Amino acid sequence: MSPALGFVAVLLVTVATLAIGTWGLRFSRTTSDFFVASRSVRPGLNAYAISGEYISGASFLGIAGLVLVNGAEMLWYPVGWTAGYLVLLCLVAAPLRRSGAYTLPDFAEARLDSRAVRTASSILVVAIGWLYLMPQFQGAGVALRSTTGMPPWAGGLVVASVVLLNVLAGGMRSITFVQAFQYWLKLTALLVPVVFLLMVWLGDGAQSPADSSVVVEQVSGLDWSDPIDFVAGHPIYSTYSLMIATFLGTMGLPHVVVRFYTNPDGVAARRTTLAVLALLGCFYVLPPVYGALGRLYAPDLVADGRGDSVVLELPARMIGGLGGDLLVALLTAGAFAAFLATSSGLTVAVAGVVSQDVFSRRVEGVTAFRLAAVVAVVVPFALAILARDVAVATVVGLAFAMAAATFSPLLVLGIWWRGLTAAGALAGLAVGGVLTGTAVVDNLVTDRTVGWTAALLNQPAAWAVPAAFATMIGVSRMTRHRAPAHAARFMVRLHTPESVQLQRD
Amino acid sequence: MTQQRPERVRVTSPWTERPRLHQRRTATSEIDAQSEVGEIYLRTLLRAQLRLALAVLLGLALTVGMLPLVFWLVPWFNEHHVLGMPVSWVLLGFGCYPVLSLLAWRYVQRAERNERAFARVVDRS
Repeated sequence: MSPALGFVAVLLVTVATLAIGTWGLRFSRTTSDFFVASRSVRPGLNAYAISGEYISGASFLGIAGLVLVNGAEMLWYPVGWTAGYLVLLCLVAAPLRRSGAYTLPDFAEARLDSRAVRTASSILVVAIGWLYLMPQFQGAGVALRSTTGMPPWAGGLVVASVVLLNVLAGGMRSITFVQAFQYWLKLTALLVPVVFLLMVWLGDGAQSPADSSVVVEQVSGLDWSDPIDFVAGHPIYSTYSLMIATFLGTMGLPHVVVRFYTNPDGVAARRTTLAVLALLGCFYVLPPVYGALGRLYAPDLVADGRGDSVVLELPARMIGGLGGDLLVALLTAGAFAAFLATSSGLTVAVAGVVSQDVFSRRVEGVTAFRLAAVVAVVVPFALAILARDVAVATVVGLAFAMAAATFSPLLVLGIWWRGLTAAGALAGLAVGGVLTGTAVVDNLVTDRTVGWTAALLNQPAAWAVPAAFATMIGVSRMTRHRAPAHAARFMVRLHTPESVQLQRD
Repeated sequence: MTQQRPERVRVTSPWTERPRLHQRRTATSEIDAQSEVGEIYLRTLLRAQLRLALAVLLGLALTVGMLPLVFWLVPWFNEHHVLGMPVSWVLLGFGCYPVLSLLAWRYVQRAERNERAFARVVDRS
């Protein structure tokens, strides 16, 4: 297609994002507005914003690419990303909102009354945030290269600049409107083209991509469509490990958790989560369709190692002409929105933590937040340029594993077990962080594909998460006498419905 | 006795804003004071909510969580086709989401009911 349309699409999304951000700015006046929209966002709007923020480039482009290249076993990713919200809803949503804390470190400090646990949590929030931001910038580069011909670093630079501008201008409040808009943009951008593509496919005789006669790179459609067929060779282990990472990791992602504080109360937090589940379910049925059609219409992308661009390539190949170009432009806009939304959310979350824990002693309120936002964007952008190219979904999967092995035990035990002590939490965070951190470094440095070592290191959640839970429980029991005195009082606050008037402190 | 007695005047400390009314120990004050009774109130709610959460998560484990094992052990799901794709593919790509939403919807309903019941008990006592 002509690069001009791609440029126009990117420009339109950028302008719309900045315009809505500026419009939201009229409502942002206080420091509290910048951080958590003064805790007054309705469940409906909040659900659109959370979904819009959550659907990243890994969802928009990555899943289709993974399904095209690796087949049905990659469908576990979107299922896990959605099921994570069910686990979050059951174990964390309402109590977390009622805790009244703003970030994960706030929660840790309020629950355990320990500066050390707060510091450890802050370090982990920044680590997970940067691990998640880095592939967003890389992915944006890849997407813009395939539609506009820009060099890879330029796409990342555009995303980084727009995010920074928007966050600097309005913080969380304007982000809420921007992300609600971007959910709809992303859903429309995938839904409209898929209707036309399926019509073309039906017109072509509707051949099944799972047919044994469809052979791509010596892999027949039969093997491709088998959901238990991992390349690494330990499909059951890998699948369950991925499930643990995604089911438990969602609750520990800094940009997800921060949004829960914008709910007015615990009941609203639950309803928001329910709506998010439904919205994600509507979205995630679409990307696999692109992956499957790619099997028939764009098999050469597998050999070229350009699976990630299948979503952007299909309309031009199947429809062509001006119509195809317009659909590609729409998809480019959606993909760009996906990178923007997730990056904005992560930037706000990381900047919130950095400004509270690093800058707040030297600079005041909003200025500290703005300084922190610059740091939160510049570091992962530099990493994205320097690091070697790793698939977007792989790095995102590792971020989930790290969140599942650190914040998930902290939240679950902190909310449901009054025996948790500061020493136990610290030991558990350290064990989970070090184990998954080792796996992350190994994945970024070396490229293993076969054997048990590869399976264990590519999907570390199945062993790292139980280890973290066991450490946290074991050490807490050993230091039982040091359980925080106000633990019982804090539990009261977490679980009492707002309709019952307690003398809350 | 015809002599009129002076009207009784209630004397209160200048530090309290209004005369202290007769205080009854309410359930909320029991919970606030973390007395044994308050402890029982809260423990009941906590147990009910935790049991509900675990029941829903068990539902998740028995539906979506079982799929890998089922697909692995029962080749039927792979061999039969719906809409041109294997049954396993359709279940995984499209079938999981309604199940997840349904479980979540049930959870929200039950959790709110638990909280309403708790609020009723506390208000009544």
